[in-house]
Amino acid sequence: MTTMTTSSVPLPAEWRDFLALTKPKVMRLVVFAGLAGMLVAPEPINPVLGFTAILCIALGAGAAGALNQWYEADLDAKMKRTAARPLPAGRMDRQSALHFGVGLAFFSVILMELATNMVAAGVLALSILFYVFIYTVWLKRRTPQNIVIGGAAGAFPPVIGWAAATGNISLLPVLLFAIIFLWTPPHFWALSLFVKTDYANAGVPMLPVVAGERVTRQQIGLYTLPMAAAALAPWPLGLTGWLYGVAAIALNGMFALLAARVALRQTAPGDAMKPEKRLFAFSILYLFLLLGALVVDHWVLG
Amino acid sequence: MDPQDEKIVRERQHARAKVMAWLLGAFVILVFAISIAKMQLAG
Repeated sequence: MTTMTTSSVPLPAEWRDFLALTKPKVMRLVVFAGLAGMLVAPEPINPVLGFTAILCIALGAGAAGALNQWYEADLDAKMKRTAARPLPAGRMDRQSALHFGVGLAFFSVILMELATNMVAAGVLALSILFYVFIYTVWLKRRTPQNIVIGGAAGAFPPVIGWAAATGNISLLPVLLFAIIFLWTPPHFWALSLFVKTDYANAGVPMLPVVAGERVTRQQIGLYTLPMAAAALAPWPLGLTGWLYGVAAIALNGMFALLAARVALRQTAPGDAMKPEKRLFAFSILYLFLLLGALVVDHWVLG
Repeated sequence: MDPQDEKIVRERQHARAKVMAWLLGAFVILVFAISIAKMQLAG
Protein backbone atom coordinates (compact mmCIF):
# COMPACT_ATOMS: atom_id res chain seq x y z
CA MET A 1 0.00 0.00 0.00
CA THR A 2 1.23 3.50 -0.72
CA THR A 3 -0.06 6.97 0.02
CA MET A 4 -2.88 7.63 -2.43
CA THR A 5 -3.99 10.79 -4.14
CA THR A 6 -7.70 11.67 -4.05
CA SER A 7 -8.11 9.83 -7.40
CA SER A 8 -6.44 6.65 -5.99
CA VAL A 9 -3.20 7.10 -7.91
CA PRO A 10 -0.22 6.06 -5.73
CA LEU A 11 2.09 8.91 -4.78
CA PRO A 12 5.81 8.35 -5.31
CA ALA A 13 7.69 7.88 -2.02
CA GLU A 14 9.74 10.79 -0.73
CA TRP A 15 13.55 10.47 -0.69
CA ARG A 16 13.42 10.74 3.12
CA ASP A 17 11.47 7.49 3.20
CA PHE A 18 14.25 5.71 1.29
CA LEU A 19 16.70 7.11 3.82
CA ALA A 20 14.47 5.85 6.68
CA LEU A 21 14.55 2.34 5.12
CA THR A 22 18.29 2.19 5.79
CA LYS A 23 17.79 2.54 9.60
CA PRO A 24 20.24 5.46 9.98
CA LYS A 25 20.27 5.25 13.81
CA VAL A 26 21.43 1.61 13.78
CA MET A 27 23.97 2.51 11.10
CA ARG A 28 25.91 4.83 13.45
CA LEU A 29 27.11 1.96 15.63
CA VAL A 30 27.82 -0.22 12.59
CA VAL A 31 29.93 2.54 10.99
CA PHE A 32 31.78 3.19 14.26
CA ALA A 33 32.56 -0.53 14.70
CA GLY A 34 33.83 -0.74 11.10
CA LEU A 35 35.94 2.38 11.57
CA ALA A 36 37.43 0.99 14.81
CA GLY A 37 38.36 -2.28 13.07
CA MET A 38 40.04 -0.30 10.30
CA LEU A 39 41.89 2.11 12.60
CA VAL A 40 43.42 -0.62 14.81
CA ALA A 41 44.64 -2.62 11.80
CA PRO A 42 48.46 -2.83 11.63
CA GLU A 43 48.58 -1.53 8.06
CA PRO A 44 47.41 2.04 7.35
CA ILE A 45 44.89 2.44 4.56
CA ASN A 46 44.80 5.24 2.00
CA PRO A 47 42.27 7.83 3.34
CA VAL A 48 40.17 7.80 0.16
CA LEU A 49 40.00 3.99 0.13
CA GLY A 50 39.33 3.96 3.88
CA PHE A 51 36.48 6.45 3.44
CA THR A 52 35.06 4.35 0.61
CA ALA A 53 35.27 1.18 2.72
CA ILE A 54 33.36 2.85 5.58
CA LEU A 55 30.82 4.18 3.06
CA CYS A 56 30.37 0.64 1.72
CA ILE A 57 29.87 -0.74 5.25
CA ALA A 58 27.19 1.94 5.82
CA LEU A 59 25.52 1.24 2.46
CA GLY A 60 25.63 -2.52 3.07
CA ALA A 61 24.03 -2.04 6.50
CA GLY A 62 21.45 0.25 4.89
CA ALA A 63 20.68 -2.38 2.24
CA ALA A 64 20.24 -5.07 4.90
CA GLY A 65 17.96 -2.71 6.88
CA ALA A 66 15.86 -1.96 3.78
CA LEU A 67 15.47 -5.65 2.91
CA ASN A 68 14.60 -6.38 6.55
CA GLN A 69 11.85 -3.74 6.44
CA TRP A 70 10.64 -5.07 3.08
CA TYR A 71 10.26 -8.59 4.50
CA GLU A 72 8.88 -7.54 7.89
CA ALA A 73 6.35 -4.89 6.83
CA ASP A 74 3.51 -7.01 8.26
CA LEU A 75 5.26 -7.37 11.65
CA ASP A 76 6.26 -3.70 11.76
CA ALA A 77 2.62 -2.68 11.28
CA LYS A 78 1.69 -4.56 14.47
CA MET A 79 4.33 -2.94 16.71
CA LYS A 80 4.07 0.60 18.11
CA ARG A 81 7.85 1.03 17.86
CA THR A 82 7.90 0.33 14.11
CA ALA A 83 4.41 1.20 12.84
CA ALA A 84 5.52 4.62 11.54
CA ARG A 85 8.16 3.15 9.20
CA PRO A 86 7.61 3.94 5.48
CA LEU A 87 6.13 0.54 4.49
CA PRO A 88 3.67 -0.09 7.37
CA ALA A 89 2.67 3.60 7.30
CA GLY A 90 1.82 3.22 3.60
CA ARG A 91 4.23 5.89 2.36
CA MET A 92 6.04 3.48 0.02
CA ASP A 93 5.17 0.39 -2.03
CA ARG A 94 6.96 -2.88 -1.20
CA GLN A 95 8.51 -3.29 -4.64
CA SER A 96 10.33 0.05 -4.38
CA ALA A 97 11.78 -1.06 -1.04
CA LEU A 98 12.89 -4.41 -2.49
CA HIS A 99 14.53 -2.83 -5.55
CA PHE A 100 16.22 -0.21 -3.38
CA GLY A 101 17.57 -2.83 -0.93
CA VAL A 102 18.86 -5.25 -3.58
CA GLY A 103 20.38 -2.42 -5.64
CA LEU A 104 22.12 -0.92 -2.63
CA ALA A 105 23.45 -4.35 -1.54
CA PHE A 106 25.03 -5.06 -4.95
CA PHE A 107 26.37 -1.51 -5.20
CA SER A 108 28.04 -1.62 -1.75
CA VAL A 109 29.72 -5.01 -2.34
CA ILE A 110 30.95 -4.17 -5.87
CA LEU A 111 32.28 -0.76 -4.77
CA MET A 112 34.02 -2.38 -1.77
CA GLU A 113 35.78 -4.87 -4.07
CA LEU A 114 36.82 -2.13 -6.50
CA ALA A 115 38.13 0.17 -3.75
CA THR A 116 39.70 -2.34 -1.36
CA ASN A 117 39.88 -6.12 -1.75
CA MET A 118 37.95 -9.36 -2.22
CA VAL A 119 38.14 -10.36 1.49
CA ALA A 120 36.41 -7.17 2.69
CA ALA A 121 33.82 -7.39 -0.11
CA GLY A 122 33.21 -11.08 0.64
CA VAL A 123 32.65 -10.49 4.38
CA LEU A 124 30.39 -7.51 3.57
CA ALA A 125 28.31 -9.71 1.23
CA LEU A 126 28.21 -12.44 3.89
CA SER A 127 27.00 -9.99 6.56
CA ILE A 128 24.17 -8.69 4.33
CA LEU A 129 23.10 -12.23 3.35
CA PHE A 130 23.32 -13.40 6.97
CA TYR A 131 21.13 -10.52 8.23
CA VAL A 132 18.53 -10.93 5.49
CA PHE A 133 18.29 -14.71 5.06
CA ILE A 134 19.48 -16.21 8.38
CA TYR A 135 18.14 -13.59 10.80
CA THR A 136 15.18 -11.92 9.07
CA VAL A 137 13.75 -14.72 6.95
CA TRP A 138 14.75 -17.87 8.87
CA LEU A 139 15.20 -17.17 12.58
CA LYS A 140 13.24 -14.09 13.65
CA ARG A 141 9.74 -15.57 13.44
CA ARG A 142 10.77 -19.11 14.46
CA THR A 143 12.94 -19.16 17.56
CA PRO A 144 13.71 -17.13 20.69
CA GLN A 145 17.37 -17.72 19.82
CA ASN A 146 16.84 -15.36 16.84
CA ILE A 147 19.01 -12.56 18.14
CA VAL A 148 21.66 -14.90 19.56
CA ILE A 149 22.53 -16.37 16.15
CA GLY A 150 21.36 -13.31 14.22
CA GLY A 151 23.69 -11.17 16.31
CA ALA A 152 26.53 -12.42 14.12
CA ALA A 153 25.27 -10.16 11.31
CA GLY A 154 25.91 -7.05 13.39
CA ALA A 155 29.30 -8.34 14.53
CA PHE A 156 30.92 -8.31 11.08
CA PRO A 157 31.73 -4.55 10.67
CA PRO A 158 35.07 -4.52 12.62
CA VAL A 159 36.16 -7.58 10.62
CA ILE A 160 35.24 -5.79 7.37
CA GLY A 161 37.10 -2.64 8.45
CA TRP A 162 40.19 -4.66 9.38
CA ALA A 163 40.02 -6.69 6.14
CA ALA A 164 39.68 -3.50 4.06
CA ALA A 165 42.99 -2.24 5.49
CA THR A 166 44.96 -5.50 5.56
CA GLY A 167 43.34 -7.89 3.10
CA ASN A 168 43.19 -10.61 5.77
CA ILE A 169 41.52 -11.53 9.08
CA SER A 170 43.50 -12.21 12.26
CA LEU A 171 42.87 -12.76 15.99
CA LEU A 172 41.97 -9.18 17.04
CA PRO A 173 39.11 -8.71 14.53
CA VAL A 174 37.85 -12.20 15.45
CA LEU A 175 37.78 -11.10 19.12
CA LEU A 176 35.97 -7.88 18.15
CA PHE A 177 33.46 -10.05 16.30
CA ALA A 178 33.06 -12.18 19.46
CA ILE A 179 32.56 -9.11 21.68
CA ILE A 180 29.71 -7.73 19.53
CA PHE A 181 28.25 -11.23 18.99
CA LEU A 182 28.09 -11.86 22.78
CA TRP A 183 26.98 -8.28 23.51
CA THR A 184 23.91 -8.57 21.27
CA PRO A 185 21.78 -10.92 23.48
CA PRO A 186 21.93 -8.86 26.71
CA HIS A 187 21.48 -5.67 24.66
CA PHE A 188 18.37 -6.90 22.80
CA TRP A 189 16.88 -8.85 25.70
CA ALA A 190 17.06 -5.71 27.88
CA LEU A 191 15.04 -3.96 25.14
CA SER A 192 12.65 -6.87 24.71
CA LEU A 193 11.86 -6.85 28.44
CA PHE A 194 10.31 -3.39 28.20
CA VAL A 195 8.71 -3.78 24.74
CA LYS A 196 7.52 -7.34 25.45
CA THR A 197 3.87 -6.55 24.72
CA ASP A 198 4.82 -5.16 21.31
CA TYR A 199 6.66 -8.35 20.37
CA ALA A 200 3.88 -10.54 21.78
CA ASN A 201 1.22 -8.65 19.77
CA ALA A 202 3.25 -9.09 16.59
CA GLY A 203 3.84 -12.80 17.28
CA VAL A 204 7.63 -12.49 17.37
CA PRO A 205 9.00 -15.28 19.61
CA MET A 206 11.37 -13.10 21.64
CA LEU A 207 12.70 -14.76 24.79
CA PRO A 208 10.47 -12.87 27.31
CA VAL A 209 7.40 -13.77 25.22
CA VAL A 210 8.27 -17.49 24.89
CA ALA A 211 10.22 -18.35 28.05
CA GLY A 212 9.08 -15.56 30.38
CA GLU A 213 10.78 -12.71 32.16
CA ARG A 214 12.66 -14.79 34.75
CA VAL A 215 14.52 -16.87 32.17
CA THR A 216 15.30 -13.73 30.12
CA ARG A 217 16.77 -12.02 33.17
CA GLN A 218 18.92 -15.10 33.93
CA GLN A 219 20.12 -15.22 30.33
CA ILE A 220 21.08 -11.51 30.40
CA GLY A 221 23.20 -12.24 33.47
CA LEU A 222 24.74 -15.36 31.95
CA TYR A 223 25.64 -13.80 28.57
CA THR A 224 27.34 -10.89 30.32
CA LEU A 225 30.09 -13.25 31.55
CA PRO A 226 31.42 -14.52 28.18
CA MET A 227 30.93 -11.02 26.76
CA ALA A 228 33.15 -9.55 29.48
CA ALA A 229 35.70 -12.35 28.97
CA ALA A 230 35.86 -11.63 25.23
CA ALA A 231 36.12 -7.88 25.89
CA LEU A 232 39.01 -8.31 28.35
CA ALA A 233 40.86 -10.97 26.29
CA PRO A 234 42.74 -8.64 23.88
CA TRP A 235 44.76 -7.19 26.79
CA PRO A 236 46.23 -10.38 28.38
CA LEU A 237 46.76 -11.76 24.87
CA GLY A 238 49.06 -8.82 24.16
CA LEU A 239 46.92 -7.45 21.33
CA THR A 240 46.32 -4.13 23.11
CA GLY A 241 47.99 -1.99 25.78
CA TRP A 242 47.05 -1.19 29.39
CA LEU A 243 44.86 1.75 28.34
CA TYR A 244 42.37 -0.57 26.68
CA GLY A 245 42.71 -3.04 29.57
CA VAL A 246 41.78 -0.43 32.19
CA ALA A 247 38.86 0.86 30.07
CA ALA A 248 37.63 -2.70 29.45
CA ILE A 249 37.72 -3.53 33.19
CA ALA A 250 35.79 -0.34 34.07
CA LEU A 251 33.21 -0.69 31.29
CA ASN A 252 32.61 -4.39 31.88
CA GLY A 253 32.35 -3.78 35.63
CA MET A 254 29.65 -1.19 35.01
CA PHE A 255 27.89 -3.45 32.47
CA ALA A 256 27.99 -6.38 34.91
CA LEU A 257 26.56 -4.21 37.70
CA LEU A 258 23.63 -3.02 35.57
CA ALA A 259 23.08 -6.54 34.17
CA ALA A 260 23.11 -8.03 37.69
CA ARG A 261 20.42 -5.55 38.78
CA VAL A 262 18.25 -6.67 35.85
CA ALA A 263 19.08 -10.37 36.35
CA LEU A 264 18.21 -10.44 40.05
CA ARG A 265 15.06 -8.32 39.87
CA GLN A 266 11.41 -9.31 40.03
CA THR A 267 8.76 -6.97 38.68
CA ALA A 268 5.15 -6.31 39.49
CA PRO A 269 2.58 -5.33 36.82
CA GLY A 270 2.96 -1.68 35.80
CA ASP A 271 6.69 -1.58 36.63
CA ALA A 272 8.51 1.33 34.93
CA MET A 273 11.39 -1.03 33.93
CA LYS A 274 14.01 1.59 34.75
CA PRO A 275 16.96 -0.84 35.33
CA GLU A 276 16.19 -2.55 31.98
CA LYS A 277 16.05 0.79 30.15
CA ARG A 278 19.29 1.84 31.86
CA LEU A 279 21.03 -1.39 30.81
CA PHE A 280 19.82 -0.99 27.23
CA ALA A 281 21.02 2.64 27.04
CA PHE A 282 24.35 1.82 28.69
CA SER A 283 24.94 -1.18 26.40
CA ILE A 284 25.06 1.19 23.40
CA LEU A 285 27.43 3.57 25.19
CA TYR A 286 29.51 0.55 26.31
CA LEU A 287 30.25 -0.54 22.75
CA PHE A 288 31.10 3.00 21.60
CA LEU A 289 33.46 3.52 24.55
CA LEU A 290 35.06 0.06 24.35
CA LEU A 291 35.83 0.40 20.63
CA GLY A 292 36.89 4.03 21.20
CA ALA A 293 39.30 2.89 23.93
CA LEU A 294 40.73 0.30 21.55
CA VAL A 295 41.45 2.96 18.93
CA VAL A 296 42.93 5.42 21.48
CA ASP A 297 45.08 2.64 22.95
CA HIS A 298 46.36 1.75 19.47
CA TRP A 299 47.20 5.39 18.68
CA VAL A 300 48.71 6.31 22.06
CA LEU A 301 50.61 3.13 22.91
CA GLY A 302 51.21 1.93 19.35
CA MET B 1 -5.56 13.37 -10.70
CA ASP B 2 -6.55 16.79 -9.45
CA PRO B 3 -4.14 19.76 -9.68
CA GLN B 4 -3.32 19.57 -5.96
CA ASP B 5 -2.24 15.89 -6.23
CA GLU B 6 -0.32 16.59 -9.41
CA LYS B 7 1.55 19.35 -7.60
CA ILE B 8 2.53 16.95 -4.80
CA VAL B 9 3.70 14.31 -7.32
CA ARG B 10 5.79 16.87 -9.22
CA GLU B 11 7.32 18.18 -5.97
CA ARG B 12 8.31 14.69 -4.85
CA GLN B 13 9.70 13.78 -8.28
CA HIS B 14 11.67 17.01 -8.33
CA ALA B 15 13.09 16.42 -4.82
CA ARG B 16 14.04 12.80 -5.67
CA ALA B 17 15.66 13.85 -8.94
CA LYS B 18 17.68 16.53 -7.14
CA VAL B 19 18.93 14.07 -4.48
CA MET B 20 19.78 11.52 -7.22
CA ALA B 21 21.73 14.17 -9.15
CA TRP B 22 23.76 15.07 -6.05
CA LEU B 23 24.45 11.39 -5.33
CA LEU B 24 25.56 10.71 -8.91
CA GLY B 25 27.83 13.77 -8.81
CA ALA B 26 29.34 12.56 -5.54
CA PHE B 27 29.81 9.08 -7.01
CA VAL B 28 31.68 10.45 -10.04
CA ILE B 29 34.04 12.40 -7.72
CA LEU B 30 34.50 9.30 -5.53
CA VAL B 31 35.38 7.05 -8.50
CA PHE B 32 37.87 9.69 -9.68
CA ALA B 33 39.46 9.86 -6.19
CA ILE B 34 39.60 6.03 -5.95
CA SER B 35 41.33 5.87 -9.35
CA ILE B 36 43.95 8.41 -8.26
CA ALA B 37 44.51 6.56 -4.95
CA LYS B 38 44.88 3.22 -6.74
CA MET B 39 47.34 4.70 -9.24
CA GLN B 40 49.41 6.16 -6.38
CA LEU B 41 49.48 2.78 -4.63
CA ALA B 42 50.47 0.98 -7.83
CA GLY B 43 53.18 3.48 -8.74
